[in-house]
Amino acid sequence: MYERLENMIKFDNVTKNYSGGIVALDNINIHIQKGEFVFIVGQSGAGKSTFVKMLLKEEPPTKGEIFIEDTKLSDLHSRRVPQLRRKMGVVFQDFRLLSKKTVYENVAYSMEIIGAKPKEVRKRVPLILSMVGLSNRAKLYPDQLSGGEQQRVSIARAMINNPTLLVADEPTGNLDPETSWEIMRLLKQFNRNGTTIVMATHDQNIVDAMEMRVIELVNGKVVRDQAKGVY
Amino acid sequence: MKYYSINETLKSLFRNRMMSLASISSVVASLLVLGIIMSVILNINSFSEGIKHQFDSIDVYIQEDLTKNEILTLGESIQNINGVHSIIFETKDQALENLKIDFEEYSYLLEGLEYNPFPNTYIINLDDVIYADSIVNQLKNLQGIEEVKYYKDLVNRIIDLTSYVRNIGLVLTLFLAGIATFIINNTIKLTINARRREISIMKYVGATSWYIRWPFILEGTILGLIGALISTGIIYLIYSYSFQLFTSQFYVVFAAYMLNVKTIAKEILALNLIIGTGIGALGSLVSIRKYLNV
Repeated sequence: MYERLENMIKFDNVTKNYSGGIVALDNINIHIQKGEFVFIVGQSGAGKSTFVKMLLKEEPPTKGEIFIEDTKLSDLHSRRVPQLRRKMGVVFQDFRLLSKKTVYENVAYSMEIIGAKPKEVRKRVPLILSMVGLSNRAKLYPDQLSGGEQQRVSIARAMINNPTLLVADEPTGNLDPETSWEIMRLLKQFNRNGTTIVMATHDQNIVDAMEMRVIELVNGKVVRDQAKGVY
Repeated sequence: MKYYSINETLKSLFRNRMMSLASISSVVASLLVLGIIMSVILNINSFSEGIKHQFDSIDVYIQEDLTKNEILTLGESIQNINGVHSIIFETKDQALENLKIDFEEYSYLLEGLEYNPFPNTYIINLDDVIYADSIVNQLKNLQGIEEVKYYKDLVNRIIDLTSYVRNIGLVLTLFLAGIATFIINNTIKLTINARRREISIMKYVGATSWYIRWPFILEGTILGLIGALISTGIIYLIYSYSFQLFTSQFYVVFAAYMLNVKTIAKEILALNLIIGTGIGALGSLVSIRKYLNV
């Protein structure tokens, strides 16, 4: 199935301890290849959010090394973190849209920060908005949209710069089942076009129906890593 | 890059208009108080400068028995003293005439004078009052001088008063600038606190710290600028009103030294622009710092 096996994400013996003796991640080894669609599942507090935070270099691991493509995160200067985050799109449970910006501006912002030309921005933003089905919502503000629409905006924002990796932290957590499936269809479509997708979730129905690779965390340990798995 | 920043700034100022208004109000309030105090200080300064100029001359009474040539030589030696700007020779007859003119209604009293009691006089204009003492000392070494008249105490008192006013003004200005910085800094902190989420989202999508910072700094600067202009406008109105009141109804003595509206407006505008924009920009820069570490 895979033409080339290229490392997208590699966790090498990663442990994360928080103060107070809490072990969020316990000696984790995960390899994710380019083009994969991976679910990270587990109860609340199993370590899914910590896993995502490590990927974004929001916090450093206590032990072990994390690689994204060829970048060793511990070698990455904090000033270079923006560059890392531009390589990946991120989608959150609570959407995290800029409330004072319109749908269009929220998506355009991601292009502007990488120094894209205004002409390029005007061309690409409408394109991606039509891909997520929000062309007629461009001028509205986030609080004028439904939850599903807001999540589609955040996916458009995550994908506007063609990242090789999309990290989604409980993207369907605040949505009803119907809307959740719209989001999953979008993610699947981007995955088919080559984007690696790592999605933390505890939505059993979705995981079971998608039949993708499943990595299960319990108390910060990987207890299962299964291709075409179920919850 | 710059284009986005300015665009961002103007949009964001409008969309956060309640906070913008609050910031501008606090800038206006602080600069207003500062401006009023400054205009009072400037006026007192100008008043004391003016008074000082009226009394900064030294009168040198010349001995009665000097010949014309000796008087001329004396004049040259005085002219050569360091700090002497110019000298005027006033004959005893002129002095008497001046007195008659100054006290016109009593001039009949002078008619009965059997001789002219006034000495011939050199009136020395100084470069600056600070030379007064040294000039008076050097005059003592010259021949042919009857007496040196100098309003030393008065001038000294004015010099003291001037520097006193200046010092108090400086302290007051620094104090008020401090308060203004505090108020504006707090308002900006409130603004930024309300937008903490926004900043963290910007970090998540990969914006660099400077990319996030620029619009905020520009915002602070523009808020400070608007505040400076408004407060200068208000001071202009207040000052032209009081200027009219003073010059038409009150003491002419003080009004004669009152700085005109244009001069004050220029000084206050420059001061307000510097302080307003400076505080705005600096306030943003300082307040945003701790929210940038996401």
